[in-house]
This record gives sequence, structure tokens and C-alpha cells, in this order.
Amino acid sequence: MRDVPEHPDWLWSSPEPKRSYDVVIVGGGGHGLATAYYLAKNHGITDVAVLERGWLAGGNMARNTTIIRSNYLWDESAGIYEHALKLWEGLEDDLGYPILFSQRGVLNLAHSLQDVRDSVRRVHANRLNGVDAEWLGPDEVKEICPIVNVSPDVRYPVLGATYQPRAGIAKHDYVAWGFARAAAAMGVHLIENCEVTGVEVAGGRVQAVQTTKGRIAAGTVALSAAGHSSVVAATAGVELPVQTHPLQALVSELLEPVHPTVVMSNAVHVYVSQAHKGELVMGAGIDPYNSYRQRGAFHIIEQQMSAALELFPIFARAHVLRTWAGIVDVTPDASPVVGKTPVDGLLVNCGWGTGGFKATPGVGWCYAHTIAHGEPHPLNAPFSLERFTTGALVDEHGAAAVAH
Amino acid sequence: MTSRRMTGWQGETVRFRFDGRDYEGVRGDTLASALLANGVRTVAASPALGRPRGIYAAWTEEPNALVQVAAEPMLQATTVELRDGLDAHGLSGRGRLTDETDTARYDAVHAHCDVLVVGAGPAGLAAATVAAETGARVIIADDRPIAGGSLPDTAETVGGVAGAEWAAATLDALDGRPDIRVLRRTSVFGYYDDNYLVAVERRGEHAHSRERVWRIRARRVVLATGAHERPIAFAGNDRPGVMLAGSARAYANRHGVLPGDRAVVFTTNDSAYAAARDLAAAGVEIAAIVDTRATPSRGGDGVEILTGHVVTAVGGDDGVSSVTVSPSDGGAGREIEADLLLVSGGWSPLVHLFSQSGGDLRHDDGIGSFVPASARQAVEVAGAARGVFTLAGCLEDGAAAGARAAEAAGFRVEGTFEVPRTPDEDPAAPAEHLWLVPGADYSTHFVDLQRDVTVADVMRATGAGLRSVEHVKRYTTAGTAHDQGKLSGVLTSAVVGHALGLPLGDLGTTTFRAPYVPVGFATLAGRHRGALHDPVRTTSLHEWHVAYGAPFENVGQWKRPWYYPRAGEDMETAVLRECGAVRESVGAMDASTLGKIDVQGPDAAEFLDRIYTNMMSTLKVGAIRYGVMCRPDGMVFDDGTVIRLADDRFLVTTTTGNAAAVLDWMEEWLQTEWPGLRVYCTSVTEHWATVALAGPGSRDVLAGLAPGLAVDAASFPFMTWRDTEVAGLAARVCRISFSGELAYEINVNAWDGLALWEAVMGTGVVTPYGTETMHVLRAEKGYPIVGQDTDGTVTPADLGMDWVVSKKKPDFIGKRSFARADTSRPDRKHLVGLLPADPGRLLPEGAHLVETSTLPEPPVPTLGHVTSSYRSAVLGSTFALALVSGGRDRMGEVLYVPLGGEQVPVTVTSHILYDPEGARRDG
Repeated sequence: MRDVPEHPDWLWSSPEPKRSYDVVIVGGGGHGLATAYYLAKNHGITDVAVLERGWLAGGNMARNTTIIRSNYLWDESAGIYEHALKLWEGLEDDLGYPILFSQRGVLNLAHSLQDVRDSVRRVHANRLNGVDAEWLGPDEVKEICPIVNVSPDVRYPVLGATYQPRAGIAKHDYVAWGFARAAAAMGVHLIENCEVTGVEVAGGRVQAVQTTKGRIAAGTVALSAAGHSSVVAATAGVELPVQTHPLQALVSELLEPVHPTVVMSNAVHVYVSQAHKGELVMGAGIDPYNSYRQRGAFHIIEQQMSAALELFPIFARAHVLRTWAGIVDVTPDASPVVGKTPVDGLLVNCGWGTGGFKATPGVGWCYAHTIAHGEPHPLNAPFSLERFTTGALVDEHGAAAVAH
Repeated sequence: MTSRRMTGWQGETVRFRFDGRDYEGVRGDTLASALLANGVRTVAASPALGRPRGIYAAWTEEPNALVQVAAEPMLQATTVELRDGLDAHGLSGRGRLTDETDTARYDAVHAHCDVLVVGAGPAGLAAATVAAETGARVIIADDRPIAGGSLPDTAETVGGVAGAEWAAATLDALDGRPDIRVLRRTSVFGYYDDNYLVAVERRGEHAHSRERVWRIRARRVVLATGAHERPIAFAGNDRPGVMLAGSARAYANRHGVLPGDRAVVFTTNDSAYAAARDLAAAGVEIAAIVDTRATPSRGGDGVEILTGHVVTAVGGDDGVSSVTVSPSDGGAGREIEADLLLVSGGWSPLVHLFSQSGGDLRHDDGIGSFVPASARQAVEVAGAARGVFTLAGCLEDGAAAGARAAEAAGFRVEGTFEVPRTPDEDPAAPAEHLWLVPGADYSTHFVDLQRDVTVADVMRATGAGLRSVEHVKRYTTAGTAHDQGKLSGVLTSAVVGHALGLPLGDLGTTTFRAPYVPVGFATLAGRHRGALHDPVRTTSLHEWHVAYGAPFENVGQWKRPWYYPRAGEDMETAVLRECGAVRESVGAMDASTLGKIDVQGPDAAEFLDRIYTNMMSTLKVGAIRYGVMCRPDGMVFDDGTVIRLADDRFLVTTTTGNAAAVLDWMEEWLQTEWPGLRVYCTSVTEHWATVALAGPGSRDVLAGLAPGLAVDAASFPFMTWRDTEVAGLAARVCRISFSGELAYEINVNAWDGLALWEAVMGTGVVTPYGTETMHVLRAEKGYPIVGQDTDGTVTPADLGMDWVVSKKKPDFIGKRSFARADTSRPDRKHLVGLLPADPGRLLPEGAHLVETSTLPEPPVPTLGHVTSSYRSAVLGSTFALALVSGGRDRMGEVLYVPLGGEQVPVTVTSHILYDPEGARRDG
């Protein structure tokens, strides 16, 4: 095999579920697995089951474009994403798993004067928050990523970019497997092909989950079901302000290295990196209609190619090898919900939209804290469900609506 | 004629280069067949292990023979049509992008049909012929240069003539019919919802467009996509000279090429016997047929048949030189000298498109393959694509599918399709379903040749606890290569099944995803590149702005003149001059890009009352009102003026960038929430050209141009409009101002825009100004720009515009949010003005404000940020607008802007810095 690291000899076992656990995590994606890991590691809570309806980490964890960055505008977002980035920086050692974390930097391009204002604003905000950030002119963009077309003659010229050098990519599957293996080694049960069909509530308190493998009682039920969050929560009578959309991505064939960093453009609607093996990994904007099916519409891919060639003429003769879609859960303010629900013992982690992967260790850390203490960690406290009642939104639409 | 070409094979000579050496092939060759004809066995080394690899298959399923052709990476030698001057290089699993500009053109076509037939093999041709007879509009798409599917490979006869000949004639006959479209060299690669399929047509390097995408919407689809021969995993199965039996047969029959001199055939089924027969007839010596089955179904035409045997080793470092065969149940092996090893593990229906369409697959234990089960869309599957493997069967099945499809599309089948005569076929003996030859060590039993994945790798994955084929795929990378696992995908599942002791049917396949074959980025981008990437919108005055040397600003899709530099002026000087002209005399700006939406209907006033925060129903005909619209969260979404044209008709003005979003917004509410309102919204942005005339001299200029209009302040008050003639043109003049000066907006038919502008300029007293001057002037007056001074988190109250939020209206979008705790926090960010202590210091837009004169360690709480920042002649200073926490309670406070190690002091002021009394509005 090529470009594949030495995986550990053993990953995880496949136990049958017990009748009861202290904590049941619904959703065996990156967030669910990271949460289980930190529950065991930071809080010593190991009577935990992670229930996954399909194969472990086969949802958005397997479908994202693996970009990791923390250069978010608002203090609340920067807090949790920067915490995540710091964890990423030590994660390979922590998990003892080769996750191919590559801090190759990310460029967020600006194509209009308003883009420039927004970008400069974000750079200044990042610096105040201790997040590494630079504003670069077109020539500096070209130095970091020589294949970006910075000609002033294109339809939407590159007027500059923000640059976060510590940002980068990692191999999504290995991240999930690293968390899964470490969590399983500490006694967490990872149960695949086990769909949660209902959440049982009595007297305002969560009792159990109904699954395709039977009823499983739980002291705490922690939802981490991404695009299906609102469906699962509804079975407990909890309405989440979440809309679910398909989000498509694609890869090219393997190519010799041409693209040394990560480039994102909201205005031209594309983000792209070149993965370790050599394939170009690209994503675009979400499909606009609501859907729970993991498939999108083809014209989105066509538009994405047009955008990609505007920025990277060198990609013209590359080929699309494979396209796919995840389904993303989007809240009204494009920020996540991590915390309590009106049902005692039922917690929710959802609404990460297109940005969940990069938060994986950070949200796992904070969600585990919330489960262990029954109260949110200061970093996820702003991301309460209540904010949609009080109005204390963390509106990332302006800063990151399209390309997370 | 080249050395391995069959004697007597005719063809026009084609010269090409491969890896720097010159060769000759014949017209009709693929690069692969031409290489084989020249005795080239090795195309490139494998990527990870560096093992030599040759040509394994004959069409898009090829896993090995990847080449770079000029600037195009990763093409399969088996699908590249040979042409004069072709210059190719073998690739080790990874291609190269070059800086060479792609000057080729790419197109897209929309097509609709009653029946789309995918594949022009026997089943597809029969289906298309039957469907065409009913009068249905039929499209038949086939990815090969010549028709017939497997017929040219097998050389079987149909209707007494060579199959390829029958196919060509049948397709030509279809091509001649008016409602039938034949797409050759066209790969259908995606099957989306509502029978929307996409295909790529390869038209050639010198065609009008090199490739084009077909976007096809079909009432019914017939998938006649054929089958792939299955590989078998055994030791050394990657050596050059190991080839699928059916592919070798294709090289002999289709291309007249002998891929070797002496062959061993390794099979689990009958089909390889026909391959052996054809190759023997072509001149290849068949050393032995190794059949895994105990009882062969037929004789070997004099060839030795080793039943119950398997291949256990392949000798030859650079390519097959010998084949070791052993009894299946163990026992001594025997080495047979050969330079070619033909493999057949049976045939798997090509279910990719069916699976993409949402259809379910089931495992057919009889043929050992996954086959289409229940369909989710209007689709039929015919022939080998659903496991029918005889020629006569495919013809019959295709005809039946074509009839079903046409009938389902509403056409009547009259008469019966006469299935052409085909040679009698012996009934096939049951095949054995063998995927894997047991071995002591599985390190050269290859599963995915391109990714260098072996059975040992798969077993390592299952040994690590993995149970899902998706996990094994990701762990080993099997099936992720350029061929997307066409041959390796199910083989991997089978090996996983072997390792876990599970039947293949329980494991299933990994997901089949579009595109079925790789498709070029440029192909998909089509014409939408360069200037056509996104439409450029220009106003009817654009040429004038260009002629006057204005640089342009992109605002949404629009090009807006930014400023008009005179000789020797930089931007700063030009803008200060333009500002001075408006404040002291008169200037004109092209305001045509502002969005305009005609809102009419009996409920138009009620509708606008709900959309805007302020009251619109009380507006009198002839009057104008400024309005703000919010999202349900109470945050400002857009603003602009509304003019009332009649009781039931308004003209709504939006910001330039938001025009489409506002129209979408209105339609969303009308269509989903308030379907009872009788209101019609129409975009009229481009019907009008608008010239803003601003400055104390504007009244005189207007009076001169519009002698029929009473322009005095009493006759034509602020926030009213008049229909009149300006410069002899029918015009609507609005008295509104975005600069604080006396000002008018003159609207004329877009066709008349340039005439109006030239008339205004012809007065000789009017200075043209651009968007930058407009921004400065409005900022001096404290008028916010939505999207610049707001960011979706700003309420009207935050902007100091409490007055624009109606207290009387029962409801409007956003109203409920104004009652939320967070919208009344005293520390919300307010729009304020900032004056730097140093009047020459221009603050960067986007810079933040902090409370302290020294910067503490992060995280440092920000108080807000600078939204707009300019130099001002009338203020004699730079100034800025900012959103500042509790800003209205901070008037006079000194705050600090951290800039590269420096803390720049600024004083908080009102956001209205110029003419706060509004004295200049009436001139």
C-alpha cells in the first residue's frame, strides 16, 4: 500500500450492547467518539456506549474536506475552535495514532472591497484572541500558494487574503479511528449498526433510548447526530432550530504536489487542498434545499469547477474522480448548539453546519465536561439552546456562512 | 505493420510516441492495443512497490495502464484513441498538472427525451430500436468509438453478419431518424434525481468544443451498460502479461493484436473457453486451460484442460514467463511456460448507474454478483447489466426493456420486434464463484493493482477489528484509485467475506458514486470561465465611465465606477475633489445599479407593512419613504426607499448587492407564509437608468434640464417624486438624498440613460463622482451602508434608528425579536463616529477598539470595530464609523485602536458628523 501509515495492530472490538449505561452517546462520528474519549480520559467515566446507525465515523466525519483552522470572527467561536486547534497540535501523541495532521496554513481569499474589510476585521479580532492571523496582499498570497491566479484581470480578482499559518488538514478517518481505539481501550463500547429510533422520557427526565438492537437505559443521553439531530431530538419532544442540507465535495485523481496550503474563497465559492496522497480535495456551498439524503445536485459541482478554475487555471485538465455529499445541520446563526435541553439528562451537540470536523477535539472536550458536570464548560456555554430565545446569537453568517 | 498484429489486419498507419520512443499503430487502435501490438508489456511501475505493471483490461475498467498525454494527467491507455502525433508517458499512479494554458473550449447541452438508452451493445441497440419504433424521442448514448458493446470483442454474429457490422448498421439506422439522437463516445457518468443524467461527449482535440456535457432529462431510462469480467486474487496476479480473458479476446478480435505468444487460461466459468478459442484461432498458442471446477462443461478444442486446478504462482520479474498451477485441494504444482495468463472469475453486471439512481442491489448467488433489485426511479435495466449473459438473451431482454420504457413513457408498441438470429450457444455450465486462491502468504495476491493493495493488507484490516467494507476500503485504500474500484471493489468485499467467514451478500458493496468515469474540471466548468464565470453587469452609462478612465469596483455582479481620476490625480486627491464638488457645487453619480422591485397588487401595502419595520401603507401616492427590513432575528437585512406609484403599486429600492436576495426574500414570504396576499413582485432594476444629482447647485441644473418641472422646495418637497421630462426624455425624478445635500435622482428608461447622463454633463457644471465619494459623503452624514456598517448582528436601534421601527403595526418581520432580552442589552454595539487624535491618521476599516492604552495579553475583549473610515475635507480630519459596545453612552470617551504594536487613540462621537441639523437638504 502506498502513503498509508502504520496503523496499530488493533483498533476496536464490536461488543453487543449492555442493557444500561451511565452515558449513551447517540452518533459514532468524530464528535461522538471524541466525546467518549474525553469522558473516559478527563472524567474517568467509562460506562459509556457510542451508538452508530451505520459504520463508525461514516457520516460527515468521512465526508468532510478535513480543513482545520480557528480564525473565526467572534470571541465565542474563536474560543472553542482555538481550544480545538491547540488539542489538534498534540493529538497525534495523545492518541498514539498517526492522524497526518499537517499545519500547512489556510488562506481565506478576499475578492471585493467588502471582503477586504471583513477579512481585516477578522485578522484584528483573531489577534486580540491570541489566534495567529495575518493579512496578505496578492503578491504575498502568490508567494505562499504560487498556483493561485492573482491577476487583476479575472472576474473577481484576489485583493488579498487572511492567512492562519497554524491551520491545516488531517486525515479524517484516522482521527476518528484514533479516538475510537483510545476510547475502546478505556472501556467505552462502540456499537455499530445500531440506530436510535427513539428517546424515552419520563417525568421530564431521560430514561433510555430505543434502538434497532433493543432498549438501552442511560443516565445521560448525549446526542451527537449531526444532520439527523433534529429527528432524534424530536422523539424526546425537543424541537431543535436546525435545518438539514446536503453539502457536496469531490476529489481529483492523484497528482504530483502543486498546492502547498489550503485555499478558501467565500466569494468564488470554493475551498481546496491537496491531500497527502496527492488528490485535490474540494468543497463548495451547500445545496440550498433541505434534505436528509446524502446526495446533492449536479449543477453545484459544475459551478464549483468553474470557481476552481477561476482561482487555479492549472487545474483545467485535472479530473473529478468521485463526488459525494454529507448532510449538514445548520442553525439560524450558523453556530453550533452544545449543551442542555429542556429534558433532564438529555444533552445535545449539533448545528455545526459545514464546520464540525475542525472542532472535533474541542467539542469532544467541552461536551464531555458538560456530560460529566451537568453544566457546560465555559467554552461551550455561549452555544446554548436558550440563545434562540434570549437572542444572544453568535452569528457567523457574515464571517463564515459558506466555507467553514 | 507491427510485430504482434495479426497477419492481414488492415488499417491506416498512425505514428505515436510512448515514453520518448516512436511507434506505429493503426487507425482504430487504443493506445493500449497499439502498445501491445508493439510488444510493449510494461506501462509503468506500480506506485508503492515499484513492481512492473502492464495492461490488464481493455476499456474503462483498466486498473494499471495510466498515462499522461501532454497536459492531461491520468488517462487510461485502454481508452485513449490513437491519433497521429500522440505523445504519452506511463504514470506510476500519479499525474502531473502543467502551467500550459488550456485553450480548448468546452460546452454543455440540455436535452430531453422519452427514453434514454445507456449503452449501444446488443441490449441497448435492441431497446433503442424498439422504443424508436413507437415514435418515442430516444437518445442512445454509448461510450465507445464504435457501436456494439461486447460484439466487436467477441466477434459473434448477429443476423448472419459480424456483430460489429450489425451494430454499426443498427446505430446508423437510428441516427438517420428525426426524433432519435445518437451520442457516440459519450459516457453517461451520473444519475441524479428525477431521471436527470449527465454524460460527457469526447469530440476530439480539433472539434469546435473538445468535450461537452450532456444534461439529459429522460422520462424513462434503459440501462444497458453490460458487465465487467472479474479478476481473481492469486500470487503474482499483477505481472505484466496477466490479463482478463475477455480483454485479451477483445485485443485479438477488435484490434487484431495478439497480447502474447503462449497463454495459460485460468477460469471459473465457460466464457474463457471462447476467449481461448478466439485467441488460438488468431495465432496464440494455448498451453492449458486451468479450470477451478471439477467438471469442465466443454472440450478445449485439443487444448489441455486442468480441472480442479488453480494458479498458485506466476514467474517472471518483468512479465509473465511461467505459470504454476496446482490442484485446488493442494498437491504438487506444475510450472507451465507462458508469456500470457488469461483470467476469468466470471462476470459482474455493471450496476454503477443503477445504484447511483437510488436503486437497491441484491446478491445473486447464481451468478455470484450484485444485481439490480428494486428501482427508485423510472428505470429499466437490460442485458448483461442485470445478469443476462447470452447474446440472444441480451437482444430479447433489451427489446423487452425498450418496449416497457416506451409504453411507460406513453407510447404504444405495435407489432413485435424480431430478434435477429444468433448462433446457437451451448447452455453454460454453472460457474464457480472463486475470488481468492488460498496461499501461504498473501503479499502478492493483489486486490487493487493501482493502489498496490494486497489480500494481506485486507486481512490486516480485518485483523485490526474492522468489520465494514467501507472501513476496509479506507484502511487499505482499495477501490479509491483512478478506476474507483471497478474491478477491485467487489473483490475487496469478497476477501473481507473470506476473512470474516461471511457471505458476500451480507457484506454488500461500497457506495457507487458519480462520476462513473473521471471527468475533466474544465469540461464541467464549460463556458463559465473568465468573464463568463459570473455575469458582468454594467449600466447603460458604462462606456462613458470607461472613456473617462474610472477604475471600477465590483459590487455584487455589477461594475460600478469607483472614482474619476484626472491627469496626475491619485485616488485620494480625486475623491477629495469629487466630495468638494458635491458639497460646494453639484455632482452626478450613476445610481442605476440600486435594486428596483415593482410591487403591485391589492395587498401590496399590507405586504410592505409586514416586510419593512416601518409603516408603508400610510405613504401617499407621489411620496417616498425610507425603509428598513429585518430578518426574523431583528437584525437589519436591507434598506432603501419606497415610492408609492398608485394605491396598489410601489417601487421598492434595494442595495446594489442585495437586490436578488431581497426579491427572493419577498417571494419566500409570499409563497410559503402569506400565500393569501395578492401581491406580485417584479425585478425592474435593469429597466431604469438612474442619475443621482447632488449638491447645492443641483436644483439649478435640474431646472435647466427640465423646464416643465417646478423645482422650488415648496412645489417639489423632499421625499416626493414627479413624472416629467428631463433633457427631453420621459423621466421620474425623486427628491431624495444620500449625501445630506439637496439632491435628486433622475430615472429614465435604461435605453435613454446615456443621453440623460450626457445632457447632465453637457451643462458643464456637474462633476461626475464615483462610489467612493458617495461612501464618504454618506458617512459624514452618518448614513450606514447595509453590509458595510452592519453585519447581520445589528438592529435598527443599534444604528440609532429607533424611529424606523413602527410601534403601531401589529406585526412585521423581526418585531418579536425586539422584545428579546438580548436586543435591549445596554452594552449592544451602537453605530458611532470616531475622530482620531491625529487628524491625519486614517484608521484601517476592520480595526478593533479596546479600552486600554496598553494592550494586555490575549484574549483581549474587543469593544467593537471600525466599519468605515475616510478622509474628509469638510471635517478637516479623517474620521470613521464604528460599531462600539455601549457606544452611545461613550460620547467623548477616548478608546484605542491596536495597530501593529501601537495603540492609536480615538474619540467617540456621534455618527452624524456633518450638518446634524439637516440644514443643507433643501439647498
